[in-house]
Amino acid sequence: MEIRSPDFAKNSSRALHDAQLQRALGNVKLGFIAKRRKAIDKLPEFERLRDEARAIKEHTLKHLDLYLEAYEKKVLEAGGHVHWAADARDARRIILDICREADAKTVTKGKSMIAEEVALNPHLEQAGIDVVETDLGEYIIQLRNEPPSHIIAPAVHLNKEQVEADFRRCHTGLPDGRDLDEPVQLLGEARAVLRQKYLDADVGITGANFLVAETGSSIIVTNEGNGDLTQILPKVHIVIASLEKITPTLEDASQILRVLARSATGQEFSVYTTLSTGPKRPGDPDGPGDYHVVLLDNGRSAMLGTPFEDMLRCIRCGACMNHCPVYHSVGGHAYGWVYGGPMGAVLTPTLIGIDKAGHLPNASTFCGRCEAVCPMRIPLPKMMRHWREREFERHLTPVVQRAGLGAWAFFARRPRLYHALTSMSAAVLRAMAGRKGRLARLALARGWTRFRDLPAPQGRTFQAQWQSGKRA
Amino acid sequence: MSLDQHPHVGLFITCLADLFRPSVGFAALKLLRDAGCRVDVPRAQTCCGQPAYNAGDRRDTAAIARQVIDAFEPFDYVVAPSGSCAGMIAKHYPDLFDEKTREHARAQALAAKTHELVQFLADVINVEALDVKFDKTVTYHDSCTGLRELGIRDQPRRLLASVAGLKLAEMEESETCCGFGGMFCVKYADISDHIVAGKTDFVRQTGAEVLLAGDLGCLMNMAGKMQRQGSGPEVRHVAEVLAGMTDGPAIGEADG
Repeated sequence: MEIRSPDFAKNSSRALHDAQLQRALGNVKLGFIAKRRKAIDKLPEFERLRDEARAIKEHTLKHLDLYLEAYEKKVLEAGGHVHWAADARDARRIILDICREADAKTVTKGKSMIAEEVALNPHLEQAGIDVVETDLGEYIIQLRNEPPSHIIAPAVHLNKEQVEADFRRCHTGLPDGRDLDEPVQLLGEARAVLRQKYLDADVGITGANFLVAETGSSIIVTNEGNGDLTQILPKVHIVIASLEKITPTLEDASQILRVLARSATGQEFSVYTTLSTGPKRPGDPDGPGDYHVVLLDNGRSAMLGTPFEDMLRCIRCGACMNHCPVYHSVGGHAYGWVYGGPMGAVLTPTLIGIDKAGHLPNASTFCGRCEAVCPMRIPLPKMMRHWREREFERHLTPVVQRAGLGAWAFFARRPRLYHALTSMSAAVLRAMAGRKGRLARLALARGWTRFRDLPAPQGRTFQAQWQSGKRA
Repeated sequence: MSLDQHPHVGLFITCLADLFRPSVGFAALKLLRDAGCRVDVPRAQTCCGQPAYNAGDRRDTAAIARQVIDAFEPFDYVVAPSGSCAGMIAKHYPDLFDEKTREHARAQALAAKTHELVQFLADVINVEALDVKFDKTVTYHDSCTGLRELGIRDQPRRLLASVAGLKLAEMEESETCCGFGGMFCVKYADISDHIVAGKTDFVRQTGAEVLLAGDLGCLMNMAGKMQRQGSGPEVRHVAEVLAGMTDGPAIGEADG
């Protein structure tokens, strides 16, 4: 998809003025946080499970090559194929080739952020293939030609009324006067429309929440069951997943599953947890004739051994964005590419470059709530700071900010001069405020006074008073 | 280290209290002395270095950190009336220096004896009650760094509960960020404004007469917003109430 991350400031300001969006974002804040809290309060060992989940991923990343090769071997043994994609282009080419081989006219898709990352849909569509998203949220945004705004709730930026209007616009041939007031009616209509698509599809593409080295299985978790139909009904099933989705054993995957749904939606478990291992075997009642796995690197192996390695533990639960005050304010689209919120602020620069994604790790108050709720204990603020350091080293930090910081640091490193400066500032600001106690406007602090008053200093600085003998 | 009845405390005044609200420093002094501490305020302090640290400027941060370490090393404890600055010293200074260097060891030693004021009083000196009176309903905002890096949540509430006449009315989402975030509030001013506006709604809904918190950055942000909006309780640092020093004007309020 088009990269709009450099316009983060513009995107976010538009988002802040979008009343419809703000209403939808209000639901994120209320729904996700309370549900997660409730699920966790019911599970006293949750903190221990987080530690275990983190340890599993840390171990796996340390031996990533080993587990990937073991996984490949198992997939081949089960009769499947494994394709290694170094980057997005590779992944697109591989998948289109498989689709052409299958003479595919229609492809159904389960929800996959990796497919978004490699911009798969437009590539297949340009080749004349009809691509149908089957996750309800993804289906809705596909009708609207929009990217997802949240990694687990792609249409969370929309309200019911908008969805109704889209359905009336796109589902032609249904009675105009039909009742679509209730979410369940919208769901019913989407289900009816999608049912035929599942049956028509030549290829089904899904993502993966886990790839299990022990068995060569891929695991998806969904709440709608759309993933099952997508991968079972067509004659070809393609799994697209990034390298770090690997886990050593089924037991390991089950451990991590215990923190995944609770962190994401507050469910103990998602409604469907579906394993697929290779194509249909002789005697199986159903399943695809061909089974392919496309393993995407796209810069991930280069993150190993760097300060960003911890990010590879991410299991895409979305808890960080659900708890982020910046995400709550501007929503996912403002981040300008596939991944939003704190995880996007860390991951996006590794994938599209810090020169394009520079705003993202800066647009954080460092409130730390993302790290506090991350089931994999990823130190997100610390990694955002690492990005800021890279920007500073490469002189990508805005000139005015850099100059201001330089001047401030000059004084901060010289206490005598600093105290002279603050004493003077205190006197000036105090005089400007008069007896009001605050300033409504200050040229050098416009970012502050645009929206708030600036409290004026009380009088002389503490240090000045302390030095002149006022000790109590 | 002389861990006697009268520990020697270096007061890290913080750049915001120094410039904008010295009364917070004097409240901290009183609280520490009443708790039996000998307190000094090293002249060679300016700031903890967080503005540079969060802007990605490690070199200046390390230089400022060295200055703080030099100035505060002799004390038994370093205490700051701010979770944010205390967190910077206690949780981040060691990361600024290569492991196994002398500087790293010094940073770690300083980190281990650095505390936020209220946490220090409640958890280190074991102050259980304060002999002060404040006949008002207050609400308390949990500043992010204090809450999540230092685990400050119960300590201020415990000490506030001992203040005669004080009633605590908890706000919704007291643990949600106020939108200050240091330079964030000017770099992304409109997002910051959106966050603080949500916060001040929750503050007003409590009907409290006073909003308290332990960090001046957050307090100035919320006070400045409510003053711009034209409604809301007065705003003070929690130390002022705990020290019984609430005679002067609240943050951003007119004299007299």
